[in-house]
Amino acid sequence: MSISRMLDVDVWRGTETGKFQLFSIPRREHQTVLDVVTEIQRDHDATLSYRFACRVGMCGSCAMVVNGRPRWTCRARVNEVVRDGERLRLEPLRNFTVVKDLAVEMTQFFEKWQQARGYFEPGPQPGNDFAVVPPSTPERQAADAGIECINCGVCYSACDVVAWDKDYLGPAALNRAWTLANDVRDKGNAERLKAVSHASGCHACHTHMSCTQFCPKAIAPTYSIAGLKRAVLRRNLGFTR
Amino acid sequence: MSAALFIAQRFTAFVLACAVAVHLATILYAVRGGLTAADILSRTHGNIGFAVFYGVFVVAVAIHAPIGLRNILREWTPWRGATLDIALGLFSILLLVLGFRAVLAVFTA
Ligand code: SF4
Ligand code: SF4
Ligand code: FES
Repeated sequence: MSISRMLDVDVWRGTETGKFQLFSIPRREHQTVLDVVTEIQRDHDATLSYRFACRVGMCGSCAMVVNGRPRWTCRARVNEVVRDGERLRLEPLRNFTVVKDLAVEMTQFFEKWQQARGYFEPGPQPGNDFAVVPPSTPERQAADAGIECINCGVCYSACDVVAWDKDYLGPAALNRAWTLANDVRDKGNAERLKAVSHASGCHACHTHMSCTQFCPKAIAPTYSIAGLKRAVLRRNLGFTR
Repeated sequence: MSAALFIAQRFTAFVLACAVAVHLATILYAVRGGLTAADILSRTHGNIGFAVFYGVFVVAVAIHAPIGLRNILREWTPWRGATLDIALGLFSILLLVLGFRAVLAVFTA
């Protein structure tokens, strides 16, 4: 690794109130944004708070707002984000309460998964045998399209409706509800569709597609939410699936 | 927005899309050689088809517009709850009254 030049980094310090602090750190080849944060914390200011675990895009804990866009810092190379001479600007995810610096409180985000009934409901009598779900069925394919979500909160940070309406369930919870609505083994869909169609549920989505634009797993919560709207419509018209 | 309001809004949007298209096409067709108020009234007077068409139009507007307005108000202002729903209910009635007043006036003129 060669140290060629320096990189200026504005890092958010504080909670809801606070200010940016400037750090200057060596610019390295193939450096990721998470490498930058780690280097700041190790070499410049040990009190900097941030969160990460896997460093390889599997855990979803390292998301931040990098130069105005929410993303996983471990999968963002510095040279994808800034050109030579430009500053890096690091902020905590939007729409979350900031714990400190770059770490956010995610309780509400996960509570909304529960509110959207984003969990499997086996029913009173779970089947005795393995359920056979052919991969080619439309339900399985619809579930597959959204199943890889790792709860990183990037979409939630990107969504303007969350910013306007604190109760809006948000793209991730609704996406999860949609994968379950397509799980043919699940027995809780009537309740689930009710849970996602209150005033701050799927119908509040503006189809902005910011969530879809920024999801690092290339999931399209917008389409999942559109699917929920159709499913709720079908239910209300008296169809069962 | 609740599911019922969403469905009402989308259904009336569909009705309005058709109604507005017919409305505009009729205007373009009717005025192709110039038109006076007397010409219009002579066609609409006592015309049940006309009255029913615009009656449906008015009802669709009176359902569709307040729902949209309610969404905007809920997103851009802190106004929520019963007073908001009552205000928009009154707005809907206003649209109905004004709309049917116009339909009736042209029908009976
Ligand atoms: S498409 Fe819907 S959920 Fe996604 S960012 Fe836009 S408003 Fe939010
Ligand atoms: S849908 Fe995508 S952006 Fe949203 S939490 Fe899941 S993985 Fe993250
Ligand atoms: S540290 Fe796990 S996804 Fe970035």
